[in-house]
Amino acid sequence: MAQYAVLIYAHDSAHAPDATPQDTETCDQHSDELAQDGSMVVAYALTPRDMATSIRGDTITDGPFLDSKEVVAGFYVIEAPDLDAALAIARLNPVVHEGGGVEVRPVHSSFVQGEEEAGG
Amino acid sequence: MTDATAVKTAIADAHRREWARVLAATVRLARDLDLAEDSVQEAYASALDGWVRAGIPDNPAAWLTATAKRRVIDAIRRDKALRSRLPLLVEPEEAADEVGRHGFTAPAVGDPAEAVPDERLRLIFTCCHPALAAEAQAALTLRLVCGVATPDIARAFLVSEPAMRARITRAKRKISTARIPFRVPAPAELPERLRGVLAVIHLLFTTGHTAPSGASLVRSELVDQAMHLARMLRELMPGEAEVRGLYALLLVTDARRATRAGAGGRLVRLEDQDRSQWDRAALAEADDLITACLRAGPPGRYVLQAAIAALYADAPSYDQTDWPQILTLYDHLLEVWPSPVVALNRAVSLAMVAGPEAALAEVERLEADKRLSGYQYLPAIKADLLSRTGRTVEAADAYREAFSLAANEAERAFLAEQIADHTLLS
Repeated sequence: MAQYAVLIYAHDSAHAPDATPQDTETCDQHSDELAQDGSMVVAYALTPRDMATSIRGDTITDGPFLDSKEVVAGFYVIEAPDLDAALAIARLNPVVHEGGGVEVRPVHSSFVQGEEEAGG
Repeated sequence: MTDATAVKTAIADAHRREWARVLAATVRLARDLDLAEDSVQEAYASALDGWVRAGIPDNPAAWLTATAKRRVIDAIRRDKALRSRLPLLVEPEEAADEVGRHGFTAPAVGDPAEAVPDERLRLIFTCCHPALAAEAQAALTLRLVCGVATPDIARAFLVSEPAMRARITRAKRKISTARIPFRVPAPAELPERLRGVLAVIHLLFTTGHTAPSGASLVRSELVDQAMHLARMLRELMPGEAEVRGLYALLLVTDARRATRAGAGGRLVRLEDQDRSQWDRAALAEADDLITACLRAGPPGRYVLQAAIAALYADAPSYDQTDWPQILTLYDHLLEVWPSPVVALNRAVSLAMVAGPEAALAEVERLEADKRLSGYQYLPAIKADLLSRTGRTVEAADAYREAFSLAANEAERAFLAEQIADHTLLS
């Protein structure tokens, strides 16, 4: 098995600080499914682009790092035997059919405080 | 002792016919594309001595595969680092089976009874994986499936040798790092993935048939490799209508190769080509395939393209072409493959059925489609239609626009001639 990071690209994150369960329903539902079938290792939903602060060199600016239509709205790590299997899981993400998409990247190594290293 | 010339011929023959089979079988054991390639290359090199000494084996592919596999095993034994490399993903049960079968001892060399497992489809699907860039898929297919040397691939695509080498290396690294499996896709993914494979073969063919740039109209080596791949795929997937359709399309299109360029590499238009020089055997083979495909069920993109190309080719003369039938087929093609390029080509047959004015209106409508901006054949077709309606000045302008977009010397020479003709006339 290998680990793949799935980066979610959307116009913006649905997870605003004051988001209602309805706002995040499709994301949460998909996340629950992946958690249940055991393919998801870890997942992070990020707050909207307005909350982002970027640093380039010495300059700090308000907003996402890239000035683009889509931002990284969240990411999760899945476990799969090969790229085809990883892509099959990643393409189930509802964002794919909601004007956004996902990027799948093999994980090289990882560190989580309090856990032994799960290096690649 | 066998005659060295006969051996050389046999090796060249085995390289052309069996490279993919030998490499694919070796990849499964090596689980590393570079190691497999090096071992297969060494096997071919050692055949020169071996076959002169012991005779040409009855089953050259089996001999070459056994020799290459023995080299893989030697290399793995010699170099412990190879064991800790990132292995190519081969189905676990099969890899175990393979290692178990050979027990990492050298398989018998030259035993004609040893079957060479046909792994070519896996190799093809791995090379044409959609996670690889289109140009990497094409290069990798030429390198691994056809056994074309990297400098030759670089020449065929007019890129520098280091750039092509880097492209191939990057693709191989992605295959192992991202774990692109060495596998024929599951039935659910197969139609989509097969479309990708067919697109690669079609790209190789069209790049060779009308070279996008350079001095000559045709790059024969690319056309030949594409034909070879199409034939191989047809042998491996005989039940797939679109595979047969693509093969038929290439047969029909390539049947005209000898007549498409005249003296000095000058481009000759379809209506001016010498039909008696067309490859009738290839056209007949294609006709049979197309007829069978059309009977078998609703035709896909390639079957329809082949049927259209066959209607052009089967007409006794350009004027006797069955334009209404071609137009009907283009309508079908647009349904299964709604591409602006198809719509543009449809306009050419529309001109023959409904007159150049009707076609011109269609081409002007297509000019609004951003996907066709910079597509040289749009102004070229428009110019021809304008010329036929007597709008010579506008035709010359459109030919100039096409000229500015064309990068193939034969096409540029043809367009320059048209510009001169239409400028004199106006």
